[in-house]
Amino acid sequence: MLKCSLDKLQALFAKIAENAKLYLPIDNSDGTASYGEWSEGTAWSNALNTTKSPKDFFFPQTEDLMKFKTEGKNIEVIDVRRECEDFVIFGVRACDVKSFDILDRVFLTEPRDSYYAMKRAHGIIVSVACQKPAETCFCGTFGIDATEPAGDVTAWKSEDALYLRANTEKGSALLDKLADLLEEGSDEAVTAQKEKTKKILDKLPLKELTTDAFGGGKTKELFDDPAWDALSATCLGCGTCTFVCPTCQCYDIKDFNTGNGVVRYRCWDSCMYSEFTRMAHGNNRLTQKERFRQRFMHKLVYFPENNDGMFSCVGCGRCLAKCPISMNIVKVMKKIGGNKGE
Amino acid sequence: MNNVNDTLIPTVGVITDVRIDTPDIKTFRVVTTDGKKAFDHRPGQCAMLSIPGVGEAMFSITSSPTNTEYMEFSIKKCGCVTEWLHQAEVGQQITIRGPYGKPFPVDDVFAGKNLLFIAGGVGLAPLRSVINYCRHYRDRYGDIDIVYGSRSKADLLDYQEIIDEWSNDAGVRVHLTIDNAQPDWDGHVGFVPNYVKELGFDTNKTAVLCGPPIMIKFTLEGLVALGFDKTQVYTTLELRMKCGVGKCGRCNVGAKYVCKDGPVFRCDELEELPSEY
Repeated sequence: MLKCSLDKLQALFAKIAENAKLYLPIDNSDGTASYGEWSEGTAWSNALNTTKSPKDFFFPQTEDLMKFKTEGKNIEVIDVRRECEDFVIFGVRACDVKSFDILDRVFLTEPRDSYYAMKRAHGIIVSVACQKPAETCFCGTFGIDATEPAGDVTAWKSEDALYLRANTEKGSALLDKLADLLEEGSDEAVTAQKEKTKKILDKLPLKELTTDAFGGGKTKELFDDPAWDALSATCLGCGTCTFVCPTCQCYDIKDFNTGNGVVRYRCWDSCMYSEFTRMAHGNNRLTQKERFRQRFMHKLVYFPENNDGMFSCVGCGRCLAKCPISMNIVKVMKKIGGNKGE
Repeated sequence: MNNVNDTLIPTVGVITDVRIDTPDIKTFRVVTTDGKKAFDHRPGQCAMLSIPGVGEAMFSITSSPTNTEYMEFSIKKCGCVTEWLHQAEVGQQITIRGPYGKPFPVDDVFAGKNLLFIAGGVGLAPLRSVINYCRHYRDRYGDIDIVYGSRSKADLLDYQEIIDEWSNDAGVRVHLTIDNAQPDWDGHVGFVPNYVKELGFDTNKTAVLCGPPIMIKFTLEGLVALGFDKTQVYTTLELRMKCGVGKCGRCNVGAKYVCKDGPVFRCDELEELPSEY
């Protein structure tokens, strides 16, 4: 275990930024936090988490895939992919670190998505253990330990120091470069910190939420559950849940005519939108109920069926906080599969 | 980075022939810019075609894999991309990527079997690939029956090929039908599902169905009434797709992605899926 005194934190950031772009949660003026690039003096936010998840770093909200030059009947395809440089994402919470594993299952399964793979290869993740999990947190439901986040380096923040442990080769290489600012730290300080957090985790209102009713092979059992009607009745189809979700990865591919050629880009899309499945000859999900059900069945049944039981939710709680009609995956998990009541 | 292939990045293809098949279906022949077939495929597989600035869409490859010179796509005019293609001329470049999807099991399940192909309208497009594959390797399969129907005689896809080639093959029986009687038609008149029941096929066959959803539904019911088991019947699904490789999420039904787990499904497999296709 290594440690860095908190009064040397800016020096630590400066040292990281010498070799790689450094991104970390930064406070916005409205009390929220977002990932931003560190520059001298940029303070690390104390917020529990950012409004949008860090999936942008690997799967940006919009991204150019290629360009085309067209002349008469001829087309030229222009590969716009460029090797990216190493970058460090600092301060990633346990839930969001886990979301990268879930996204990997999609984008790194053959055929690998080279756009995602390249950014993933160059991203170095420094996670930070949670100290004050919120009432909307339920990462434990998905087997995630908020006090032991994964990532290339795991960090724990105490009152006077940041404790750091490398988990991967990438992480060791990063800490080696920071050696001048680091000293040996005791495991006890971290253990004490973890115990404090665990006491909070034990009292969280969603602690009892389980995935027992869900998983692969449950399609027949859950698809026609009468509770979908009431759960989806007030859904506006706004897609906010899918945009703030760290694991939602549905995308659209569109062409944009720049006036000087065509850019083909990819952007986030949402299964909550009626346009999502609309074809020339019809739409296979005509109602918001069908679209709403698709989102949760995918996360809780279809995804685990295809991915060794891994659920496509990390319990970050963003959708709980952001849904304009206060509908969310927790309410779905409590109702579907046996009307367990709330 | 530029030397790593990515399936989303297409190659340029050239339309070398446009055949007007019906009032709203044209068949496009496509090769690469150096005159070759863009890639090998299996019967039933699909390719993404695009016109930069207009869009990209998935089409079944209608030519047989045994054709090593070029690929053909029979495309009905019904949306942005297809309308654009319908006004395209020979020499027009497009982009092409693939092949995508799971093919018909022509080399294992179908081997040695009597085959019954049933198509409606442009549904013949994906079946033409597998029919011509089976005709090419004629001795690997038993009797072949082809039931094909469309709105009118003019709407029958590949009519000339059916009359000149398919109908003349030993052990291949072609049964054509059109929805309504017309003066220059002395063949069967009526809808495909009813015609299949009238023909009353023996169940010692593997059946392949393709056409509008309503035709598939009633024809499948008819086959089951004739004693066919759903494990003997194959069909293809079509949903909106963007990536073609099970990542963009669009064609997800249950735990399946039509682009990579389909488009070919056995009818008993479809029963395991939620009815969202």
